Order: sequence, then structure tokens, then C-alpha cells
Amino acid sequence: MNEQKLYTLAVLVDNEAGVLSQVSRMFSRKGYNIESLAVGATSDPETSRITIEVFCTEDQITLLSYQLQKLYPVHSVKLLDQTNSIRRELVMIKVSTPTSAIRNEIIQISNIFRANIIDVSIATLTIAMIGDESKITGIEKILKEFEIIELVRTGYVALERGLQSIYEDTKEKGEFNYGKNVL
Amino acid sequence: MKYTGAQIVMECLLEQGVDTIFGYPGGTILNIYDALYKYSDKFNHILTSHEQGAAHAADGYARSTGKVGVCFATSGPGATNLTTGIATAYMDSSPVVFITCNVGETLIGKDSFQEVDITGITMPITKSNFIVRDIEKLADTIREAFAIARSGRPGPVLLDILKNVTAAETEYTPLPREQHYSSGRLAQLMKRASEDFKTPSPNEADVDKLVEMINGSKKPLIICGGGVVRSRADMELREFAEKADSPVAITVMGGGALQGRSPLTTGMIGMHGSQASNMACDECDLLIALGCRFSDRVALDPKTFAQNAKIVQVDIDRSEINKNVKTDHHIIGDAKAVLKMLNSKLSQQSHEEWKKYVFSFPTETEYDEVEGKLTPKEILRAIAEIMPDDTIVSTDVGQHQMWAIQHFHFDYSGQLLTSGGFGTMGFGLGAAIGAKVGNPDKQVIHITGDGSFRMNCNELATEQHYDTPVITFIFNNGTLGMVRQWQTLIYDHRYAQTTLDRGPDFVKLAEAYGLKGARVSTEEELRAAVKDALEDGHGYVIDCVIDLDEMVRPMVEGGKQITDFLVQ
Repeated sequence: MNEQKLYTLAVLVDNEAGVLSQVSRMFSRKGYNIESLAVGATSDPETSRITIEVFCTEDQITLLSYQLQKLYPVHSVKLLDQTNSIRRELVMIKVSTPTSAIRNEIIQISNIFRANIIDVSIATLTIAMIGDESKITGIEKILKEFEIIELVRTGYVALERGLQSIYEDTKEKGEFNYGKNVL
Repeated sequence: MKYTGAQIVMECLLEQGVDTIFGYPGGTILNIYDALYKYSDKFNHILTSHEQGAAHAADGYARSTGKVGVCFATSGPGATNLTTGIATAYMDSSPVVFITCNVGETLIGKDSFQEVDITGITMPITKSNFIVRDIEKLADTIREAFAIARSGRPGPVLLDILKNVTAAETEYTPLPREQHYSSGRLAQLMKRASEDFKTPSPNEADVDKLVEMINGSKKPLIICGGGVVRSRADMELREFAEKADSPVAITVMGGGALQGRSPLTTGMIGMHGSQASNMACDECDLLIALGCRFSDRVALDPKTFAQNAKIVQVDIDRSEINKNVKTDHHIIGDAKAVLKMLNSKLSQQSHEEWKKYVFSFPTETEYDEVEGKLTPKEILRAIAEIMPDDTIVSTDVGQHQMWAIQHFHFDYSGQLLTSGGFGTMGFGLGAAIGAKVGNPDKQVIHITGDGSFRMNCNELATEQHYDTPVITFIFNNGTLGMVRQWQTLIYDHRYAQTTLDRGPDFVKLAEAYGLKGARVSTEEELRAAVKDALEDGHGYVIDCVIDLDEMVRPMVEGGKQITDFLVQ
């Protein structure tokens, strides 16, 4: 119970200014450092989905998800089961290519990783790749042998496999709505 | 018809049935005050000495009447002066709508004069807050703010309106309150919610399980918390306690929900709880916590708290379940609704032996009386005897607060106004004024200490001007008594910065504000002063001189087992 591990939370919120800071405040208040954070609108432009990854204990993540669900702009929170969900991240890496030999070598590496080359200049190549932790650290490790000028990661997004979704109505979700009902 | 933003604010307050506003004007909120000038026959605006006083007054008004309190303040320092009041309301789940104005759109984000990001500042201390940048959204946002403040678990909501929005004009159509849920954002909120959300009634299977647990219990204990007070479930609680034939321990916030003289009450529970409450909590086999969040002043040590019991938590806020104490079962719902359902399902229980055991411990502390010295107990006894039974009592924070809650017998929800969660010294006078404004037919007294009173005694000017006859009793021991008590017991008598050997002369202070005052040091003088105050009929300050080393007993240190009394 008190062992720290990486948890992935999906948070469905109103797509409004200030909501992200309300959500992230919960983590800083408890002193947890967010490992990864990704936000974007869902198929309904009125709502956004935030995917947050954090290192903590099971007790802590449970309390945290309770505190998040209490927030008014939060529709629902789901703790994603690592084995039963798909996690992906996009990484963009700009590598220095001073010679054509290096450029060719980097093109080969990116082909092996099935990464895309999305920008080319005389002196640089920029690669974009989608993957999970091992794939991204893999390409990063190899490209470090060359000169990485800049590297940016989007943070993980995750979805549950199969029919399960964040929109399911559960008894617990109904219970949370009690405290913030507007009747 | 075209209305200005400021007029829309007025109209929306009328929609909500608001007739009382506490506040303080300033540069950015001028348009709203200008509109208020024109609506002065519809609103009673109470101008306080300081925004903090206005915030506490709106809070006291809300707690005592059960209605939503309303408080205005300007931008910058006006808004930041509210924050202690907002946090106080938040910690005790009191429904107050705070309306501040901010600088205009063109000045926002430029560190303009009296500009502050008040929605950012109050994010952790409001149930929700809004910044209104568009006049088209103004009415809708005000309706949402009131709905949020009053519903579910009540709490403060802050609306920050830009100055240019208050000046702009738009079409406004009045909308009766019943129809708010079918328009705008509120309609959306209703739509997004699940079935339970729309018809909040407790889950029947959950209630059945609790009934079964009660049937199987030999030594039950009920803890009555602030949720019962907010839900005004006095009658339902009494019926439940009698049916379950169970002792009832009362938290600071739960004061009044069960009649103080009820034969089932074991008195206060927790750090300064009675021996009966704390022993019962330790030995019971079923603990039913109603609207109680097991704060660290009740569940001093969550690990040993009610260690022999199955713990059942009834709360409207799901995030309170298992937060501080691990529970065995929970029911989500409004205390009144849950208790009604419970009462309809529960058969009469009998726990004579258990009750006999619990009530063999004192439910109140027997304080010593010293010849020739005025003691807290004597003061409170005299007040209880002379003042009417339904007198509303507001307190500040410290020893006087604990003594008052230990000794007064509160009879109904909303009779005790105290800052339980946030522990705000200086809460009492503003709250008492707010309560008196909301309950003109009731007597209101303010129990305070010399430390607490000094913090916000400027509100005596408000009390005098609006003639809100609050009687203030200062438990004047010339020290920050509660802190001194800790220094005596835990810090080996090192009284660092707690001795208040300084002015002012509180009687002269009262007189300077145009009120009467009296200093008393014997019970006879006190009784004479209380009678004089009642005859006088205006605000009155009674400075009661008590000993510097009076203590609140019993006391359990924070983090210790609830029966581990430091002093009995």
C-alpha cells in the first residue's frame, strides 16, 4: 500500500481558462511532482481531457483523485490500469547534421524506429516519433551519440483498452456529484 | 430592456431573494455601488469597518439564517482583505457569495492600481470561483454562483467582475429562480450529471446495511458534525438517536443539532472533549459519524481512533470518505434525507447497560470555583441564566470558545456560530453583527477573549451605527490563554509572546465607539452588567476579568489517543 509507483490519471474537465491550474494545484499542494502532463480538447469541444502521471503511493493517489473529483469543473477522474490501457507519447528531436554522413546515419536510425523526419535544414534534421517509454528512451540514447540540439516530449496520453471509458457512470461517480449538485 | 452590468447584478440578487448585503466600496466596484444607490429601497447594505468584518458578517448571517450570505468588496486590497473570511467560510462549509470587481479589461495583467488576481488567490478557499469578462455571461454566472454556494456541500463562491462589464449594457430578462436550472450553464450542468445528481436521495441498499449494523451493535456511538447543522436536521437526528438508543457526541461544528440538555448527549468530543465522549469513542463497537470529517481536532490519532468500532461515515461530500479515518461503510447524501430514510427503517433499539457505562463518565468538566474570583464557568452560567434560551452565540477562537461550547446548551442548528475549521481569531464580532441583522428578533451575544477581540474590534463602529445590539463578553485574562495553556503544559512555562499586558481599556474603547461598557470581576457585578445591557438594548461590551492561568479541561494533545488526557 505504501510503495511508491507511477500512476496515470485521466481527468475530464470543462474546457475553460483556469481549470488546468486548479487541477495541477492539487499536486503541488501535496508536494507531488508531476512526471508527465498532457491536455487537449476531446470530441466534445466543451471538455478537455488531462492525462497526468505522478509517482506516489496507492493511498495518496486515491485521496488525490477524490480531491480532484470534488472540483467543480471536473467531470470525472479515472485511475488508468497500466496493463489495461495504452500509453503513448510524441517526441520531437532536433539533431545537428554537420556532414552528409551523419545525416544519412540519422535517417537510417529514424527509419529503424519508424520515426518521421519532419524538418530538414542544411545543418539539422528534426525527427518526430510516437511511442512508449522504452521506444523513446531507446532513440534518445542512440541520438545522444550525435548532437541533440533540442528535444521536446508531449507527455503521455492514455486510453483504456476495449469498451471501458472515462464516460461510464458508476455509483462512485454519482456519489461525487452529490456534493456538488446544483439543485 | 437594456440594463448595465451593475443593474444586472442588482436584479440577479433580487432573483435570489437577497435583501441584505455586507460590504465596502472602492474604485472598481463604484458602478455596482452606484446601482445600489438606486436600489437602496430593496437592499439593506451594511457598511463595515474593514472587508474582513464584512466577510465574517455575511458568513454569520448565512450560518444563522441558512440563507446565502452576500458580500461586496473592491479590487486589490479590498479583495485580499476578504481572504481570511472566505477561508473561514470554506473550512466550515458556509454558503456565501463574494462579489469583487477588478480593473477594466484594458488594464488587466498590467499591475494596474489596485489590481490583484483574486480568483487565483482564492482558488483553494472557494467551492468555485469565476471571473466575468463578458456582460452576456454575467446573469448566468451569478445564477450559477448562487446555485453552487447553496447546494450539495455548501461553501463560498467568489465572482470577480471586470469594471468595464459593470458599465456595459445588454438585454436582460428576469428569470424566476425555479427556472434557473433550465437555462444557460446550469442547464448544462444538470445535463452532464448522472441520475443521482438530479434527484439526490440516499442509496437504499447503503442505508439498509447501516440498519443491519445498528441491529448488530451493542455499543453504538453517534458523532454529530457540522453537516447536520448545515442540513438543519435537528428533528431527524433526535428521532434517530432515540430510536438507536445511542449516546451522541458532538463536534464543535455540530453544536446545536442535538438539544444540549438531551439525556443522550455526551457533550463535545475531541481535543477538549468530555471524558464521556472520548471514552465512548474509544470503546464503542459502532461509530456513526454524521456530517463529520474527522478533523485532527476530533480524530487526534487516526490510527487508534475508535479502534474497537466499525466506522460508518454519512456525508454529502464523497471526497471526505476515508480522507482522515478509514471507514467500514459510508452513505452519501444530505444528513436530513439519510436520517429520514434511516428512521423509517430502524426499529427501536435498547442499550441501557452501555448508556449507563458511558454516562458514568462526566459529560461536562467540573471546574473549580474560587471565592472572590470570577471563573469562566460562573460567567457562562450567569449568561445562560439571564439570557433567553434561544440566544445566538458567536465566539472567537481560543479558551473562551472551548469553555462556551462545553458549558452552553445549544438547542438548535444555527445557534452557535464559531470558526471550527479555520480557527479564525476575530471572527466573532462580524459574525454576531451578521447574525443580528439576519435574526432581529433574537438576542445575539459574542463571546471573545482579549486577544481575539483586539483583532477586529473596529466593527464596534458598525454595531453602533446600525444599532445591532450585540452583547460582547470578553474573557479577559491578559494573555493568549490557549497558547499559554500549551506553553504551560508542553513548553515548560516558557511564555513566549503570549502575555497581553497592554491596552486598550475595553470599557473606554466601547465608549469611544458610542457604546456602553462595564468591567466586572465578581459574579454580582457581572449579573448586574448583563441586566444593564439587556435594559440598555444597544451594543454593549462586558470586560470580564479572569485569572491568567485558567485552563480548558480536559485536554488531549494533538496526535495522541483520544483517551490519553494530558489534563483531566
